[in-house]
Amino acid sequence: MLNISGINEGIVIDHISAGQAMNIYKYLSLDKTDCCVAVITNAKSNKMGKKDIIKIEGNLDVDINILRVLDNNITVNVIADGKITDKVTPVLPKTITNVIKCKNPRCITTSDEQGIIHKFNLTDKEKGIYRCFYCEQQFDKKQLYQ
Amino acid sequence: MRHLISPLDLSVDELDNLLKLAADILADKEKYSHICDGKKLATLFYEPSTRTRLSFESAMLNLGGQVLGFSSADSSSAAKGESVADTIRIISGYADIAAIRHPKEGAPLVASLYSDIPVINAGDGGHNHPTQTLTDIFTIYNLKHRLDNMTIGFCGDLKFGRTVHSLINAMVRYPGVKFYLISPDELKIPDYLKEEVLDAGNIEYIETNSLEDAMPNLDILYMTRVQRERFFNEADYIRLKDSYILDLKKLETAKDDMLIMHPLPRVNEIAPEVDNDCRAVYFKQAHYGVYIRMALILRLLGLM
Repeated sequence: MLNISGINEGIVIDHISAGQAMNIYKYLSLDKTDCCVAVITNAKSNKMGKKDIIKIEGNLDVDINILRVLDNNITVNVIADGKITDKVTPVLPKTITNVIKCKNPRCITTSDEQGIIHKFNLTDKEKGIYRCFYCEQQFDKKQLYQ
Repeated sequence: MRHLISPLDLSVDELDNLLKLAADILADKEKYSHICDGKKLATLFYEPSTRTRLSFESAMLNLGGQVLGFSSADSSSAAKGESVADTIRIISGYADIAAIRHPKEGAPLVASLYSDIPVINAGDGGHNHPTQTLTDIFTIYNLKHRLDNMTIGFCGDLKFGRTVHSLINAMVRYPGVKFYLISPDELKIPDYLKEEVLDAGNIEYIETNSLEDAMPNLDILYMTRVQRERFFNEADYIRLKDSYILDLKKLETAKDDMLIMHPLPRVNEIAPEVDNDCRAVYFKQAHYGVYIRMALILRLLGLM
């Protein structure tokens, strides 16, 4: 079995649906961080059968609530001094800024307009519906990141 | 600074005051004919729209102000790739207020974020057209002398018609308003509007395919165009198109004081014979658009 050591300071994004880790990697822009990042796919899980895990060593400035938009099951363990100090279940953020782009081809954000801030507001917490700040087109969570 | 981007940017009280001001302007045009002396309206039209642009320009000229602008993206710096944000920053130094029409949804909102002058959304794609909604409301207010306890029939393309969606959103704020939603199944009102606005607000509404069935109950009939390209097949279009053409025969069961409205332009959905019926107010409605825009310009410039 593949062995990846624990981390000393940082976060572990756990219970990612198998196969989704690279999407999370992309949306958290982990390719741009200097932190040490381990992406584990298809790890054994009693609860899920298979799952993905992302371990990030170091202080990464990231809104973990965005993870709730991407995957319902995700939990985040905060690690300090090699121990879990906090377990966090992300909640749907009220606004999503500059993470996801609007899919409406008629929206101003899909034009050549430079410097535009991509922004969505949560309009239905129960159903996980977001609306683009500009065109007000509604998207459920799945549509947003597809 | 205030802008008008969505029809719901104005509270019911603010809208009520705006309607009163528009009614006063209509009653005494001379009184307002120099209030905007020295002021300039920029009409930034990235796509052609004769009526809306001329209505804005007429409104500003009636107030004693002047107008400048462009009437298509080809004749503006947008053709060179300039962003909306940059354009409005420049225009802010040239004019006192701007009306923007843009094919992209949300473009006027972007402009308002970078503007030093009030921005009016003069239509952004299929999204919002708030001054059309204000025009519709002012027409009802001025001719019915109330906005509450009204039964409104919307007929035609209720799926894509932004004027219908906006007017529903605006009218549900008044008590006792009831809707007949008259359309072919293919062009029914979107589910989100039913769920988030009508059902959520406990608003009474009836969906029907039959204009004849709804007709006797209506205080207002708001007609829209059924466009051929909206149908999946030609046979359905041919089968349904005549059902939604208003003629004098269909009007026989209508109330004597029902208002027939239409955002215009019409194609064939209202037979020309209806134009002379005293209930047909769609040309008057277009004229009222000038007065509500005059009131809006005055309010946003802080002159009234």
